[in-house]
Amino acid sequence: MSAKVIVLTSGKGGVGKTTSAAAIAAGLALRGHRTVVIDFDVGLRNLDLVMGCERRVVFDFINVINGDAKLNQALIKDRRNDNLFIFPTSQTRDKEALKRDGVERVLDELRTSFDYIICDSPAGIEHGAITALYFADTAIIVTNPEVSSVRDSDRIIGILASKSRRAEKNMDPVEVHLLLTRYAPGRVEKGEMLTIEDVKEILSIPMVGVVPESESVLRASNTGTPVVFDEGSPAGQAYLDAVARLLGEERELRFLKPGRRSLFRSLFGRA
Amino acid sequence: MRLLDFLFPERRNSAAIARDRLKIVLAHERASRDAPDFLPDLQKDLLDVVGRYIEIRDDMLRVNLARSGETSLLEINVELDGAAIKPVKNGGGKTRPAPAAIVVAKPDPGSHPPWVKPG
Ligand SMILES: Nc1ncnc2c1ncn2[C@@H]1O[C@H](COP(=O)(O)OP(=O)(O)O)[C@@H](O)[C@H]1O
Ligand SMILES: [Mg+2]
Repeated sequence: MSAKVIVLTSGKGGVGKTTSAAAIAAGLALRGHRTVVIDFDVGLRNLDLVMGCERRVVFDFINVINGDAKLNQALIKDRRNDNLFIFPTSQTRDKEALKRDGVERVLDELRTSFDYIICDSPAGIEHGAITALYFADTAIIVTNPEVSSVRDSDRIIGILASKSRRAEKNMDPVEVHLLLTRYAPGRVEKGEMLTIEDVKEILSIPMVGVVPESESVLRASNTGTPVVFDEGSPAGQAYLDAVARLLGEERELRFLKPGRRSLFRSLFGRA
Repeated sequence: MRLLDFLFPERRNSAAIARDRLKIVLAHERASRDAPDFLPDLQKDLLDVVGRYIEIRDDMLRVNLARSGETSLLEINVELDGAAIKPVKNGGGKTRPAPAAIVVAKPDPGSHPPWVKPG
């Protein structure tokens, strides 16, 4: 009923939406909230791999939308956390398979048994991305400190303000948050990468987190483990901080200084 | 390369260049996105007036509102390349009927400037 629908969106591809959707869903589950993470990237389907449940997929989102499977046949329960469920998508080439009324029906059903519904959006501003953001109450704009990502984020923010259900129905606007990912403090210090302040000022939406570029993210996706389960990972910690902020808690930004090894590098070498 | 950057400061800070370029391009794109509703009507009226004097096609007149910080700039571009001047009688006081079909593109949050497009 009171479930909150959160979309991770960006316009640009490869910025970390799927990584972030997995991490934030797992983080919310760790905080005791019943959470389902849905893959809206029809045709590509990567969330199952990142979540490590690819071999357990039997039915998918499209099957449920088409009435070929029940919701509880398609939802995959995470083996690490009882509050966490994964809803994989199909690999069909038919992108239009994601019909808006079907999606609405499935979301309404999910609302009755979850606290958070996390939607992992495909890239772009076409049908799939619009469908993923349409029903959102909250949007997390995943952005890299890089020109094309920032520009595409700005466009997506505009689309949320005009084409989402909340906009069309004159409801309270979608709550938008900026999640800056793949942030490399060493490069920022060298003047090679946009600063947090730059991106904040340009997009002028509140910041929910800054996730550093981190080797642990690749390691996590290699093993199919959301990065928040890796306690030694700065990226994982940054995602847990972001989850806390989403839940209304105050957290200082962390991991904004280059690591020790890069002090020498930032003086004399390359990144 | 910190040391080099220090010696040649103009090589430094490509991030600052990125920031400035982004500010400019986004100011432009946002203005297109938030174009006010009266622009299509303004365009129609202008076509009407200019059309009394010059043979003009719908797509030869463009109206754009650009905003940057506190200032707004209303741009009206009339392309006259090859347009025939009409013989003017008494200052052309008669109102020409509005062009038959002006279909107005809804300001799509896309990259297109909100030029009013002919149908
Ligand atoms: N903080 C990070 N540090 C290092 N690599 C990252 C980080 N975030 C994402 N990546 C990598 O970037 C690539 C794209 O991420 P992904 O989540 O699939 O993006 P999207 O879903 O937006 O296309 C992946 O290889 C992922 O491992
Ligand atoms: Mg993805």
